[in-house]
Amino acid sequence: MSDHFIVSASPHVRQNTSIQKVMFGVVIALVPAVVGSVYFYGLRALLLILLSCLAALVTEGVIQRLRGVPVTMGDGSALVTGILLAFNIPPGVPWWMPVVGSVFAIAIGKQVFGGVGYNPLNPALLGRAFLLASWPVQMTTAWLPSHGGTLSGLTLKGVDVVTQATPLAVMRKVTEIIGDPNSTTHQIVQAREVLADLGSSESIANLFTGAVGGCIGETSAILLLIGAAYLMYKHYIEWRIPSTYILTVVILMWVFGGPSGLFTGNALFHFLAGGLILGAFYMATDMVTSPVSPRGMIIFGVGCGVLTSVIRLIGGYPEGVSYSILLMNVATPLIDRHTRPKKFGEVKKSG
Amino acid sequence: MKVGDEVKVGTVIGEAAGFVSVPVHASISGRVTAVGRFPHPLGGEHQAIVIEGDGEDSWDESVVPRDNVDSLGSRELIDIIRDAGIVGLGGAAFPTHVKLSPPDSKPIDTVILNGAECEPWLTADHRLMLERPADVMRGFHLIMRALGCERGFVGIESNKLDAVQAMKAAIPADSGIRVVALQVKYPQGAEKQLIDSILRRKVPAGGLPMDVGVVVQNVGTALAVYEACHEGTPLVRRVVTVTGNPVGSPSNFRPRIGTMVASLVEQAGGLSDDVSKVISGGPMMGMAQFTLDVPVIKGMSGVLFLGPGEIDTRPPDPCIRCGHCVHSCPMKLLPTTIEKYVMVEAIDKAVEIGLNDCIECGSCAYVCPSRRRLVHQFKYGKYLAAELRKKAAERSEKEKAS
Repeated sequence: MSDHFIVSASPHVRQNTSIQKVMFGVVIALVPAVVGSVYFYGLRALLLILLSCLAALVTEGVIQRLRGVPVTMGDGSALVTGILLAFNIPPGVPWWMPVVGSVFAIAIGKQVFGGVGYNPLNPALLGRAFLLASWPVQMTTAWLPSHGGTLSGLTLKGVDVVTQATPLAVMRKVTEIIGDPNSTTHQIVQAREVLADLGSSESIANLFTGAVGGCIGETSAILLLIGAAYLMYKHYIEWRIPSTYILTVVILMWVFGGPSGLFTGNALFHFLAGGLILGAFYMATDMVTSPVSPRGMIIFGVGCGVLTSVIRLIGGYPEGVSYSILLMNVATPLIDRHTRPKKFGEVKKSG
Repeated sequence: MKVGDEVKVGTVIGEAAGFVSVPVHASISGRVTAVGRFPHPLGGEHQAIVIEGDGEDSWDESVVPRDNVDSLGSRELIDIIRDAGIVGLGGAAFPTHVKLSPPDSKPIDTVILNGAECEPWLTADHRLMLERPADVMRGFHLIMRALGCERGFVGIESNKLDAVQAMKAAIPADSGIRVVALQVKYPQGAEKQLIDSILRRKVPAGGLPMDVGVVVQNVGTALAVYEACHEGTPLVRRVVTVTGNPVGSPSNFRPRIGTMVASLVEQAGGLSDDVSKVISGGPMMGMAQFTLDVPVIKGMSGVLFLGPGEIDTRPPDPCIRCGHCVHSCPMKLLPTTIEKYVMVEAIDKAVEIGLNDCIECGSCAYVCPSRRRLVHQFKYGKYLAAELRKKAAERSEKEKAS
């Protein structure tokens, strides 16, 4: 028998879990969408994803070596950042762009603050924001038409209202035209045709499968939802943030997002189009940068939803998912402080 | 006591030092060979008396069966329980007579017998309910009588349906006792959770079960009460589970208090070569031991041995704020936040958000993917908080004096 027993505080047994297990769970959940992106945009998408991941991993390793701390590139968290960063850029950008984005995401978004667990903002979204601010043209125009579909999601031919735009941008444009008193009758008729087309079952089906233009990993609702179901099953994410986020966006866009007054917005379209599903299930739920208290999670989700809707309705971009999550990330410590759950048996102080 | 003194089973060898303490009795007959400080299962060294057995097992003259138990009043029952040295045998070892003497301002309407035994590995209470259900029930009934209480519940987790059956069959007629099968859920056997599960009453934070009119007693304690009242025997033995994969034949024993753990292990078929950890109690809340030369104490419900493959010695990773600890906490605390406050010694902040409400059940540390030493930090934090309180009390004493 050994001479020494290990003495430590209880508990003496632990669940078989680790950061690595959680992170690779997220990677597994993202695999369907990775495969989908290659199907829709070709091997180019895969190349950009791989470059993004490689850059993220190398940056993590090099900086940890420089900091003289244990190198934990293998824990999967940099890999998740790499995939998500690539998922948030258009498929037609030059090859170096995901590399620059990932280096920034890991170096400035994560390692500057001390590495995994200490970053206040979602690194992948910070990387995307950096790219969007630095190369706005490529980041908002380098779209590619989808295999088996179109770029805009439209099925109409010969309509010249908008070209080279994603479904959300088209929606925004036609809504503007219809609401603009200076639009000609011809423009309005055309815009209404496009609007009807965007809401057609065929177009919605394309949004659902992902056969539309958009960022590399955001277009396929079904593939992202499959991964999200896996994450929920594994308890790596929980329902509060994604459901309140999506519900808020859907309700607000239904109420305010329509061209013909209140309650005329297309809720289903706004659920499926753009990066809402990717953002709600994979980025707003980022453990490090979202609240830990159950009530805080709901506030966080609703806040993301309100900000996304405000940006989609009156902001400068057709899409608002990434900025709204980043803004709510900043609010997370405050939310956590003010939403501490009531302790077991805690009596409300009578004031 | 001094070296050379002769003692018999049940001879008082240590007097109670106050209201919240009980006497200690010799658990074997023989001769005192040493009085001094020896390793204690709760850590460090404590005052102890070593008795060399004479093999006679002769009992003290004071140990005589009673045949008038049915006519005894509450006060007399409580005195018997105190003089028998009975403490809570669930693990906390809090003197039972204190729990049975609530102030008049806290009327008790319900007594709960805790047979939930929620820690994995431990089976001492389970076996006791199967092998001595009638005596446990009688002891419980005596506890209810001591409290003047009509209503009693026996809480048993539903993975021990045989114990539920046995205890149901042993309910005395017209006793107002009910046996309830509880959801299997750690920590079901923790006092506050047990009361909530059975009665839907929440003990206020910082409060005691008596604040909601409840007293909880462990099944082992009930047996000790029965034996003290009917047979006149003080608390000199208890059921101890000796278990774990390195143990030859894991078993439950009813050793005398003071038996060396090392000799218990021998009785249980010895150990294989690879033991990494020895735990007094269960895997979730037990105390790690550094030696087998410690005695069985009144609060020791089991000795668990873990092999090298069963423990995780990897260092902790940074907290990734996954919130699993928050969802797992039965006291609805924020373990990760409390840990951060304790680590920077912001003790007042930690206390403010519930450090002292923590019951150290270990659920948070169990689920943590970063293997944070959460309970370790909470124990340390509580120690610091107690030190601060002591200092504050001393200061105000001085101010009063000056």
